Amino acid sequence: MIADWPILSLTVWLPIVGGFMVLASGDREANATKWTALTIAILTFIVSLPLWFAFDSTTADMQFVERVPWIPGFNIEYYMGVDGISMPLIVLTTFITPLVVIAGWEVIQYRPSQYMAAFLIMEGVMVGVFSALDAMLFYVFWEAMLIPMFLIIGVWGGPNRVYATIKFFLYTFFGSVFMLVALIYMYFQSGSFDILGFHTLKLGLTEQILIFVAFLMAFAVKVPMWPVHTWLPDAHVEAPTGGSVILAAIMLKIGGYGFLRFSLPITPDASHSLDWLIISMSLIAVVYIGFVALIQQDMKKLIAYSSIAHMGFVTLGFFIVFMITQDNEGSGAVLGIEGGMVQMVSHGFISAAMFLCVGVLYDRLHSREINDYGGVVHTMPIFAGFMVFFAMANAGLPGTSGFVGEFMVILASFRADFWYAFLAATTLIIGAAYTLWMVKRVVFGDVASEGVASLQDMNRREFIVLGTLAVAVLLLGLWPAPLVEVMDASVNNLIQHIAVSKL
Amino acid sequence: MQFDATQLIPVLPEISLLTLACLVLVVDLFLRQEQRIISYIISQIGLLVIVAITLAVASPVTQIVFDGSYIRDPMSDVLKVGIYLVTFMTFLYAKDYLRERDLFKGEFYTLGLFAVLGMSIMTSANSFLTIYLGLELLALCLYALVAFNRDSAHGAEAAMKYFVLGALASGMLLYGISMIYGATGTLQFDELAKVVDKGDMNQIVMIFGIVFLVIGLSFKLGAVPFHMWVPDVYHGAPTAVVAFLGSAPKIAAFALAMRLLVDGLADLNGGWEGWQGMLIILAVLSMGVGNLVAIAQSNIKRMLAYSTISHVGFIMLGILAGTNEGYTAAMFYTLVYALMSAGAFGIIIALSRKGFEADNIDDLKGLNQRNPWFAGMMLLLMFSMAGVPPTVGFFAKLFVLDAVVSVDLTWLALVGVAFSIIGAFYYIRIVKLIYFDQPVDETPLSIGVDTQVMLSINGLSMLVLGLFPAGLLTICANAIGG
Repeated sequence: MIADWPILSLTVWLPIVGGFMVLASGDREANATKWTALTIAILTFIVSLPLWFAFDSTTADMQFVERVPWIPGFNIEYYMGVDGISMPLIVLTTFITPLVVIAGWEVIQYRPSQYMAAFLIMEGVMVGVFSALDAMLFYVFWEAMLIPMFLIIGVWGGPNRVYATIKFFLYTFFGSVFMLVALIYMYFQSGSFDILGFHTLKLGLTEQILIFVAFLMAFAVKVPMWPVHTWLPDAHVEAPTGGSVILAAIMLKIGGYGFLRFSLPITPDASHSLDWLIISMSLIAVVYIGFVALIQQDMKKLIAYSSIAHMGFVTLGFFIVFMITQDNEGSGAVLGIEGGMVQMVSHGFISAAMFLCVGVLYDRLHSREINDYGGVVHTMPIFAGFMVFFAMANAGLPGTSGFVGEFMVILASFRADFWYAFLAATTLIIGAAYTLWMVKRVVFGDVASEGVASLQDMNRREFIVLGTLAVAVLLLGLWPAPLVEVMDASVNNLIQHIAVSKL
Repeated sequence: MQFDATQLIPVLPEISLLTLACLVLVVDLFLRQEQRIISYIISQIGLLVIVAITLAVASPVTQIVFDGSYIRDPMSDVLKVGIYLVTFMTFLYAKDYLRERDLFKGEFYTLGLFAVLGMSIMTSANSFLTIYLGLELLALCLYALVAFNRDSAHGAEAAMKYFVLGALASGMLLYGISMIYGATGTLQFDELAKVVDKGDMNQIVMIFGIVFLVIGLSFKLGAVPFHMWVPDVYHGAPTAVVAFLGSAPKIAAFALAMRLLVDGLADLNGGWEGWQGMLIILAVLSMGVGNLVAIAQSNIKRMLAYSTISHVGFIMLGILAGTNEGYTAAMFYTLVYALMSAGAFGIIIALSRKGFEADNIDDLKGLNQRNPWFAGMMLLLMFSMAGVPPTVGFFAKLFVLDAVVSVDLTWLALVGVAFSIIGAFYYIRIVKLIYFDQPVDETPLSIGVDTQVMLSINGLSMLVLGLFPAGLLTICANAIGG
């Protein structure tokens, strides 16, 4: 039986070990190194496929479980497993990484082996975050993620990279150490670091609120939520294309995942009593950050702000639940969380694609300023088609994946309060405004400069990457049912769990 | 008590150390300068042999010999092995450095080995008298080693400061010891514990005694506000000496704290009135001052000096928890810290060459371009010091925090992590210099093969111990007992 194999361990350690191999092989045979890296990335994706196909979507129990003692003295275990919430995110991770490797193929000239190795190690560590069921294992992966990303931005980034990467590191480090103290505290309450054990742990309201705040610091920085989002635009602008893709497509999701795995089930009462805080932070992100995106001159910055706005939708969907369960309408609650999850996966595809589009332009003209472009469609028609398509998806056009998640969250918000839904729905207008306006200025119009006039259309490598993502966006947009089915049992279980007070 | 030759068995490591030191002293007299390597080889082989001897006489049973003044227990076994191995590493790192600067003299090894003997005695002391003797033996050797480059004005100044302040600290310690002796009538730790348990003593004298004891101890550990000597000594002494002085003696200092506070006075740790309260203040100050001032340093040796101070604060957190878990955590932390510190100075030594001391943090610029492998090692060491998983430094911090939370001092854990965030800044600044900046100095590194191997082991151990921390933790837990 395939489910008995240590698939999770393989998915975690194959890219990490492979990454070190790539690192050791050095830059003398740069081409061979790149092929090795690509092989490992694709192999990892193949290894992770059974997670999707052999997954039993009728149960909310953890599957593909692996459990061995790691540090017996503190009851810390190497305990991994997935449910419907974490599994799609793991497959998303293994799907995006090969694309990132391909995207960096010719662009990265400086120490390509270190670059590829960083992304492979990163991949393994991120899969580890999603699959860890021991809080300490989770924390180790969570923090270990910082090291490769710190180097990716700092070594291969833009001119202001050092500022951006140190800001990124300290922000996220600051956020997470308080979570560490909360985890240790719960260890002494429950006697182990088992996350599922934390779920059933009885906690008083004050304790819950303190723990919730500690978690919030960690996850809100990662998501990032307004007002702790300021590291993200800096990091995105300075990061190399591949770094931006991983950051937007996967690392941000880890914050959202944290809310579902930790905050909601461990501290349901605190989540309930502080839901107003998260909902208002989310709505501010959706509306205010949307307006901020509108005025950006730098394409990457614009997409970074649009990411913050879209992630606002995710947190809105997660916490609107508490407003709905008050009226005993369970299905609406399910819609909110599932909407948030779909939005996370969809944003993984779309933001990755948008950053890759900017990367395509940047590789040619070395500028991300919107004003330096104009009329790209005349010289790069195929690319223009892709960019317009992804922009539409980013704006939430029906038929693309961007629409599904947003629509579900807005529907759920309606069940809670008309005005929440109204504010959330403004994103359809603002989002369309900033994205399409950018596309209009970059892609359409007259050819703006000699640089644009000399542009070459996409090569085969870029076509493969963007084409794959376009298929994914369309597929998820037209037929989201499989994804929703996979997470259904787990989300229902979560809703039932948080409906019961721990007090 | 009758003298019995079997009493000498537990003391074998110290006896062999003394023999080794004397052997090196004598052999070295007959060597010409170009044969000096023989002293080095004898010392290193000797250290390894003594590790073997220590392991051979180790046992889970506690033995107290010499009329109760010497103790051999699992804790002393582990700490001694740690001291010898770390010394072995730092001697290895030091060799090329000393050679290139005409400092390659037999005295380095003689003094070094006598210092190790002092540490060994401290680790195994069971009475105030023994521990004081060990401490002074260590301190006197270190004073001389700091001034080892006698033509260096900085070195002489550092040694002078170290000597004056160290003598003051010893005075404090002795004063404290005399008061405790006056109050309880015993110098032996196990008997002291019994007296304290009965509560049959003058409380005021006792508290004064403990205060002076803790002051003396803080001087030796380098805890704020008794830390002034640390940066100057680290800055002034030859880097090879700092590598030694900054690593193995930390293990001995931990032993000193355990013997003084825990073996004899464990019952007096309670709350703010006991030594726990004093250590809380010292720990918070050390973490605060150490981490904040380190940010402002441009000299890497000074920066690491302040980083030591902050790490001492963390070690104190473990001790003040006053539980076996706390002592285990502190011991784990100390051993790991000694490794990290030796490694970091090893890298600095490797970057230096004849006529050039790499002691400015800018000298690390662009190391990744000059030598990616050792850049990676330094990366691991720095992230380990900052406490970022999956390096072992994280687990060291985690276990200490665990211990502190378990005795309901969660606020102290929060203070600890808050200062670690500040600390992370200057460690990642080093990583930034190594990876993101262009090298100022393109001279290729010439590192001996032995140093390369040892540095690699040292750096990779951060990762390996971080992935599998259970082994070392079990060793520490068994050593503390409980």
